[in-house]
Amino acid sequence: MKRVGVFVCWCGSNIGGVVDVARLAAEAGKFPYVVHSVDYKYTCSEPGQKMIVDAIKEHRLDRVVIAACSPRLHEQTFRKTIARAGLNPYLLEIANIREHCSWVHSKEPEKATEKAIDLVRRAVAKVVNLEPLSESSIPITKRALVIGGGIAGIQTALDIADAGHKVVLLEKEPTIGGKMVMLDKTFPTMDCSACISTPKMVAVAEHPNIELLTCCEVVEVSGYIGNFTVKVKQKARFVDHTKCTGCGTCWEKCPKKVPSEFNLNLSLRKAIYIPFPQAVPNKPSIDAENCRYLTEQKCGVCQKVCPVGAIDYEQKDENLEIEVGAIVMATGYELFDWAKAYGEYGYGKYPDVITGLQFERMVNASGPTGGKIIRPSDGKEPKNVVFVKCVGSRDEAKGKAYCSRACCMYTAKHAHQVIEKIADAQAFVFYIDVRTPGKGYEEFYKRTTDEGAQYIRGRVSKILTSGDRLLVKGADTLMGRQVEVEADLVVLATAMIPAKTAQDTARLVGFSVDGDGFYQEAHPKLRPVETNTAGIFLAGTCQGPKDIPDTVAQASAAAVKVCVLFSRREMAADPMVAQVNQSICHGCLACQKVCPYKAIEAKTISERLGGQVIERTVAHVNSGLCQGCGSCTVACRSGAVNLKGFSDEQLLAEVDAICL
Amino acid sequence: MRYAYYPGCCDHTSAKEYDISTRAVCKALGIELMEIPDWSCCGSTPGHSTSHLLGIALSARNLALVEEMGLDCTASCAACYQRLAMANVEMKNDTQLCEKINHITGKPYRGGVKVKSILEVIAEMNQSQILAKVVKSLKNLKIAVYYGCLMVRPRDIQIDDPENPTIMDNLLQNLGAQTLEWNYKTECCGAALAMSNEDIVLKLANKILADAKSAGANCIVTACPLCHFNLDMRQKKVNKAYETDYNLPVFYFTQLVGLALGIKPEALCLRDHFIDTKHILKLIV
Amino acid sequence: MSAINLTTIIKDNQDFIKYVSGESGQPVQQCYQCGKCTAGCPVALDMDYSPNSIVRMVQLGLKDEALRSQSIWICAYCSTCTSRCPRNIDIAKIMDCLRGMAKRQGIKLEGRAKDIALFYDSFLNTVKDNGRLYELGMMLNFNLKSKNYLRDADTGLAMFTRGKIKFVPMRNENYKEMALLFKRVKELEDKSK
Repeated sequence: MKRVGVFVCWCGSNIGGVVDVARLAAEAGKFPYVVHSVDYKYTCSEPGQKMIVDAIKEHRLDRVVIAACSPRLHEQTFRKTIARAGLNPYLLEIANIREHCSWVHSKEPEKATEKAIDLVRRAVAKVVNLEPLSESSIPITKRALVIGGGIAGIQTALDIADAGHKVVLLEKEPTIGGKMVMLDKTFPTMDCSACISTPKMVAVAEHPNIELLTCCEVVEVSGYIGNFTVKVKQKARFVDHTKCTGCGTCWEKCPKKVPSEFNLNLSLRKAIYIPFPQAVPNKPSIDAENCRYLTEQKCGVCQKVCPVGAIDYEQKDENLEIEVGAIVMATGYELFDWAKAYGEYGYGKYPDVITGLQFERMVNASGPTGGKIIRPSDGKEPKNVVFVKCVGSRDEAKGKAYCSRACCMYTAKHAHQVIEKIADAQAFVFYIDVRTPGKGYEEFYKRTTDEGAQYIRGRVSKILTSGDRLLVKGADTLMGRQVEVEADLVVLATAMIPAKTAQDTARLVGFSVDGDGFYQEAHPKLRPVETNTAGIFLAGTCQGPKDIPDTVAQASAAAVKVCVLFSRREMAADPMVAQVNQSICHGCLACQKVCPYKAIEAKTISERLGGQVIERTVAHVNSGLCQGCGSCTVACRSGAVNLKGFSDEQLLAEVDAICL
Repeated sequence: MRYAYYPGCCDHTSAKEYDISTRAVCKALGIELMEIPDWSCCGSTPGHSTSHLLGIALSARNLALVEEMGLDCTASCAACYQRLAMANVEMKNDTQLCEKINHITGKPYRGGVKVKSILEVIAEMNQSQILAKVVKSLKNLKIAVYYGCLMVRPRDIQIDDPENPTIMDNLLQNLGAQTLEWNYKTECCGAALAMSNEDIVLKLANKILADAKSAGANCIVTACPLCHFNLDMRQKKVNKAYETDYNLPVFYFTQLVGLALGIKPEALCLRDHFIDTKHILKLIV
Repeated sequence: MSAINLTTIIKDNQDFIKYVSGESGQPVQQCYQCGKCTAGCPVALDMDYSPNSIVRMVQLGLKDEALRSQSIWICAYCSTCTSRCPRNIDIAKIMDCLRGMAKRQGIKLEGRAKDIALFYDSFLNTVKDNGRLYELGMMLNFNLKSKNYLRDADTGLAMFTRGKIKFVPMRNENYKEMALLFKRVKELEDKSK
């Protein structure tokens, strides 16, 4: 005879203020198999848990129902609690009477109580049908793959490597460094961005635990937490980096000039190039699309001048295969293509309307203008500079609904730099809200306004030309008036959006993205660097817009999550996975088609049938890959697949309890 | 090509040259315009501005008439186009409103009509067909192509990009004309206020004329009688009020297309403008 | 001027707020007051309240201020605000809705608004009588009512010499239907008042 204990939690007034908890506990006491039923103010607290442990022992309970908050919050807590009392942790059922009841029916306490009683009846019906489950263990490959070599990827790789684990850092461009090395100074401390990020790039290159792969992209990912196999394509660089010394003769002599991506087309680079002087690796690659030799079999200058014979026009793309135990996604962001969306700002046809990132290159001492702020149209120094915030951000009509988080601060920095660098300059910042939630941020903003930056609360409606200047038409909503600025330069704070290929990469690696294409974290508050796929972690702006401090913090957090995983020799696998009853499986493999985790494979079994041994195909679940989503159980027509902890029998018992 | 044609109330009066040149050009291009029998006013701005129901009903009455003809509808006047197209969209999106309106008009409209501006109709033609009939070049014209508001806003009815439309530019470029980059392509001329508050309209017209001139235009082209009225007829008033000396002829695009097709200026009513067009006509060779 | 009493104003004017949202079909409360409408409005300079302020009045339930404003009449329905609104709110439609309300409620108008309303009436009266706009009739009627008898007299003459004015109205065949159309509109509007 099963002996069930029911514990009804008040959650302070969250539940207790709506649901009649005493009545609920009393009613639950009358359900079949229930031998003990009580209510308690804070069940998850230390004394609350002790009460449960004591009750299990005193009343010889073998199953427990907890009527409290969502299982997402405390299921693990209570599993551990009952395990402490000697029960199998999976003989627990939670009735969610907070999110599913008291919070949504707060105005109808009577009906809420009735509903809570039903929810507990359901939980009791299920709990008596539960079977003990035991966790299996999986071996772990203690090497991590970090995808993306911006500051997020660099920080994650260094932290994991410093903890003593091997790391492969993969970057699609010829150098690591990402967007951060493009920036000039960083708010609010005004550290030189390159000065604080290039040492980290060098540290990556020199770290014995880090293998750096540039010009690479992920082609295929298979396996599961602790045991991923990643296929990588290394694109041909046409330069043999084992021979190359990085002397620079090749790019000095190369006759072909093309716009520099690193300088956002504000300067030119060669067809054989390093993106910037501090690039890591500090050895060149040939841009195949623009190389005269590779496109027209003419030229060949670089090969002729190379003193070590490192140029190899025959180099081919290579395929690599890497075994890793964890993957950290750090694919970063791109800027919203404002020129396609904002006709009112000129669709990109005015050269003196630039983006914040272009401003960064321009104001950077090692940038295309040597740190001089100029008008791209005529090279003159601008006197009146207008900053427009929220271009593509907070604009669901033309861009994205979200706030890009970093723009308020970098615009304040830009305004400060204009005032600092240009005598008699005026800086005008058009804003909707000024958001400065960070340490030292509000103070930095105040400093900028103290220096004379004019903040105007209103959005710019149109940018017109006026002679060789721009006429910016805006509003000062605090005055309720239209305002105009005759501007020499306009800087747009454009929205951060996920990298172009981010969504495809997510599909390859096997986890989900949110509505905006950013990578979806497992829980926005409590599991911010994990994904819903075990062993895949997130760092930086691939998860959502962030500034550098937040990116670095998240990168280190992701590294810790990897280290936690690697701290164990083997890891426990969640036992709530699908299992196939082979005796009734037809081998149709409909389950395999719907499995999002590639966890189901075909297996041939031999059976004795009528005295003969026959072979047939059945489905087999790889419990390391299975995430317990249950899709296969729905697809299976013969009912051969069941999810442990959610079997047909258990679910039907719940349905009966509520409906009959 | 055959369309139910909605000429609009100004067709015999203030905008007669638009109507006449539209008919002439369409005839030359083989576009058959069937004037909607019994058409009535679309309500224009006064209609929708004071009563949502009235605005829709006045336009819907005409849509119902068009539906009986079994044709798609085209309007030359930009305001008429916008009102008919908006009524069409609103009736299609809101069945309750549709019922109410059908009760008001007593002419049930089922939503089967497509509404196009005459600009779209001509611009969407195979351009080589038009070119084949061209006898004169517009190459000496430097045109500030003025779209105004009503064809490009709001989104539901826009015939082109509200910030930088090019449909009329492309058509005229095809006929050899130079069309200019300028700021006021789609800025409002304030037509709704022209009668009641002329000073506001003069202020807006001045900005438009000033920008067209500084962009180097020798004429302005429009597809809207209200725009034409404000920029052509009121140009002298602008000159007086703002001490300017604009002398920028304002054409309907159909007049220029007509000239390129070799239609006589008289047949396009080019003598009826307030700003003399003679010096521009000389440039068309 | 007195302080706006927020404790009561929004509650007391819920009907107004809901009516404007419903009738205009615009999510008025979605406006976050960025001011892009005001910034691009070609006639904002002649308004007493900026377009974003009018929307704010609707959000707060300041019914009288909104309906008595000049701004709702000065709006020329160019829809520049609408096409640039980052929240996809059709501000021009909100203006239409407020104008219609002000008219039906018989709000007494002053200044520019008065003339604009008179012009719209004069225009629509000729449509009611003739089925089509009768420009000369409208102009005379408008001048008479606005007591500005010689307005556009110079223009009228110049138009006449160019054959751009007709003395007699151009009617459509079944112009007599129009009065009924206007009447039904009024009936429906009175019912929903």
